[in-house]
Amino acid sequence: MALFVPCENCGSRPVEEFVYGEIPQVPEQITDPDSRDLDRVYMRTNPTGPAAEAWFHAFGCRRWTYLVRDRTTYEWL
Amino acid sequence: MNEFVERTIRLTWREPKPSYDVVIIGGGGHGLSIAYHLAKRHGITDVAVLERGYIGSGNTGRNTTVIRANYGIPESIRFYQRSLELYQQLEEETGRWMMHSEKGLIWMVHSEAGVRGEKRRALLNTAAGAETVFLTPEEIAELVPQIDLTGGGNGYPVMGASYHPRAATARHDRVVWALAEGAMEAGVSVHQRTTVTGLVMEGDRVAGVETDRGRFSAGVVVSAVGGFASTIAAMAGLRLPIVTHPLQAYVTNHYEQSFPYILGSVEIPFYLSQTARGEMLIGAEYERAPGYSWDTSFDLLASCSAKAVAYLPFLANLRILRQWAGVCDISPDASPIMGFTPVENFLITTGWGTWGFKAIPAGGEQMAELIATWRTPELIAPFSLDRFEKDRIMADAGSAGTH
Repeated sequence: MALFVPCENCGSRPVEEFVYGEIPQVPEQITDPDSRDLDRVYMRTNPTGPAAEAWFHAFGCRRWTYLVRDRTTYEWL
Repeated sequence: MNEFVERTIRLTWREPKPSYDVVIIGGGGHGLSIAYHLAKRHGITDVAVLERGYIGSGNTGRNTTVIRANYGIPESIRFYQRSLELYQQLEEETGRWMMHSEKGLIWMVHSEAGVRGEKRRALLNTAAGAETVFLTPEEIAELVPQIDLTGGGNGYPVMGASYHPRAATARHDRVVWALAEGAMEAGVSVHQRTTVTGLVMEGDRVAGVETDRGRFSAGVVVSAVGGFASTIAAMAGLRLPIVTHPLQAYVTNHYEQSFPYILGSVEIPFYLSQTARGEMLIGAEYERAPGYSWDTSFDLLASCSAKAVAYLPFLANLRILRQWAGVCDISPDASPIMGFTPVENFLITTGWGTWGFKAIPAGGEQMAELIATWRTPELIAPFSLDRFEKDRIMADAGSAGTH
């Protein structure tokens, strides 16, 4: 899918210029420290709808942009 | 050649019942293969396969059908070799021609490190039972006379390859239909256009599924979905180590010569093979940005064609006919996840990333054995979900990135 990332410094740029950064979210219900570590390392929510993402403009301004994207429609929210 | 007398596929459709022993979510290759092996090997026929669209309409119909076993760790090699061998006899077993065609896989490398890696792969695969040899550039040119060993001067000449002669391709629709026919003949119910909307929980255990066509209670629920594994698991309150990424592939118009091999590069990720229609089928890596999009893009055509044309200049004269995308469930160690979950009576087979089609027979066979005996078979024991907790990672991304 052709994706253009709205970089806050450079405007809309092709996804090839970016490095995708994951924002892990451990659910609050998991309280045991070992379980939280396990979840933090491996488990992912992997939603079909909106997800918070970090994008590093590696071939551009070299700054991180924090965005929310719909994982099915690829719309920036 | 087609040595079977072709007759119309006989799919026996049955009316839904309120209760089944086993409900399998997902009517793709893996779901139908589990049902097929449950019915044929273990005599368990009170089984329902629920499919959101039509059978084989998901990622089973969107892959590039490469069957190979040249993986990088012994556990994977043994599992995929089993699958490769089952594919060789599946046509005879089901009485259905699947256009299974042994092609041989050539994996090129372009660096000293790559040469060491593929020499290692050849030795390890031979030791674990999957025939693989290392080829010099001259030997590659003998097999594939069209190749440009200099890579069109792109700075990455061909320095060798691992050759896996038993690699094959098959027709995905025919695999799906043959398994569905066999399972349905034996008494399995397949319900198309049935979307699972929730799981029926009784305390900590799963007791059935809710669908848009009503509730089915079940002794065992198996999630064999591709793409929406995390969504189904979340219905049982489970979090999976899966991130879903799209993957694209495309075909050209027909190439008038025979191209009898599957050719790919380990270090410059692309691969291609020739379909039965003579089209060149080309694929690449899954996309880095996670998502569930089936949209295609020009970027992929441009970057992937540039890589392929450098080594096979004849491709430049062909035209692109079709392009499509599927989604891949990628696990952190690029190995599948099969078997029991912390939720009682809820089994999963997922994490099939870009390597699901080749595993259809063995994945189904082993999961069926697990369901019938309620013990994890030795062959798939290393691929259980609790391996992450136990720090028994089956890391093999280097063998699984593209196809």
